Amino acid sequence: MDTVPEAVIEASTAARIDAEHVNVDFPLYHGNARSLKRMVFRTVAGRVATDPKHRVVVQALRDISFSLRRGDRLGLIGGNGAGKTTLLRTLAGIYEPQAGRVHVRGSLSALLDPNLGMNLDLTGRENIVLRAMYSRLERPAIRQLEEDVAAFADLGEFLDMPVRVYSSGMVVRLGFALATAIRPQVLLMDEWFLAGDASFMEKARVRLEDMVRGAEILVLSTHLTEVVLSWCTRVIWLDQGRVRADGPAEAVLSEYLGHPVSRQA
Amino acid sequence: MTFAIQHRASPVCTLDLTPDVSFAARNRMALRDLAETARLWRLCWTLAWLDIRLRYRGSMLGPFWLTLSTTAMVASMGVIYAILFHMGLRDYLPFLALSLVLWGYLSALVTDGCTSYTQVEGMVRSVRMPLSLYAARVVVRNLLVLAHNVVVIVAVYALLQVWPGAQVLFALPGLALWLIDSLAVCLLLGAVCARFRDIPPIIGSIMQMAFFISAVIWKPSQLHAQAWMLAFNPFFAMLEIVRAPLLGELPELATWAAALGFSAALCGASWLLFARVRNRIAFWV
Repeated sequence: MDTVPEAVIEASTAARIDAEHVNVDFPLYHGNARSLKRMVFRTVAGRVATDPKHRVVVQALRDISFSLRRGDRLGLIGGNGAGKTTLLRTLAGIYEPQAGRVHVRGSLSALLDPNLGMNLDLTGRENIVLRAMYSRLERPAIRQLEEDVAAFADLGEFLDMPVRVYSSGMVVRLGFALATAIRPQVLLMDEWFLAGDASFMEKARVRLEDMVRGAEILVLSTHLTEVVLSWCTRVIWLDQGRVRADGPAEAVLSEYLGHPVSRQA
Repeated sequence: MTFAIQHRASPVCTLDLTPDVSFAARNRMALRDLAETARLWRLCWTLAWLDIRLRYRGSMLGPFWLTLSTTAMVASMGVIYAILFHMGLRDYLPFLALSLVLWGYLSALVTDGCTSYTQVEGMVRSVRMPLSLYAARVVVRNLLVLAHNVVVIVAVYALLQVWPGAQVLFALPGLALWLIDSLAVCLLLGAVCARFRDIPPIIGSIMQMAFFISAVIWKPSQLHAQAWMLAFNPFFAMLEIVRAPLLGELPELATWAAALGFSAALCGASWLLFARVRNRIAFWV
């Protein structure tokens, strides 16, 4: 069974990500610009005709190109508003690019929002089932997921109570257990996930590292240098929606931070 | 030590997004969206059912509060309007019960459809799901409400011992048309209302007006010679194709023709809009 040549796996099921000259624009309908009244009045004034694209647009991503193959671990760094989260959302297929091409092969999981899919009015168990369905799991797998999450989050009888009555620690445990229970080939992760890392239980850390290692491709957006250094092999530095630097983790991080860094540090 | 759940390995999940703006490509993507929703019917059902359960969590009667409030409405209005319109209770009450329940569905669906996407903003922005799933969820949710209210109709019919006869079967094609139109309405209004936030109040007042002009609480025959005016009211046509058979009458051919015409226009508009703005909705919510 182990004799399947690597090349065959590579060609058939191996995960990959290709982004080619991706552009994403964000329309801003702030304040009244969004309202019908404004639009009607503008039409009346004849300004829509002269400028049909009369809207404020934020150029969130500009000409982003990169390819990732099995085993690649990419870190995204850059200041606030540099486009890190937008890029993750684009790779997850939530935002579709206005120009360029995004191609992702392999099962994908995006940990973008700490409360993803969690409805505070539903019970823990109902939330688990919903999450499983969002991930298109089949029935037996749903049962498995339920057991796994219940065991990890250790909620006891609270599992059948609305999440609203949980202590904040319990909510975190449930959210974390849910997010890490499904092992994707491509893992997209936003920095919120590591925010509480320092205080995180050892158990959680092991589980998270397990998932990261299990993923064929990791794309991680973070500010935390140590995390980038220990997990990522490659780093893209985003600045105002463009790639400012792209290369090995140490090199790009040193450039970004303005002082040399190394894995041993 | 940790236990891993793998996605099913068999079908390779591929995501390929290019901003192909050709008409054919847009249609293809919109079709794929609908097909994926169809595959996710179980999730759709669960979401809709949880919506209902959540609304009534902790209450004793649960969703049957819906049934109870409709009963109260039919009973109180029935007595007053039967007198106002000089009609016998036996004649008027089944009509009113049926009308109010069916109209309740139409009206709630249209108002609810406005928030198809804005209501699930967090979801839309954190995971890629076919967008029509959210529209379908609204439809299923309202069908579940309708199912709870059907009890009232059956009770009134049983109480007054009126049975409409085999004609009720003619309501089935009408209901099928309702299903298609319901999805179209949610797709259309969901997108429009995500982009323009002041549409929902407008829709709200339109529906209120429609309630009074669409022969819901009064009978079309009360218009006498002026009944032709109803032909221009899409709400009346849609209501009548389901209501008339359930009252043991057959809707006029013209009413059916009007309903089909309005439906075609609605579905066409809805499809064109959905295909056009599908990839923009995530930016709007």
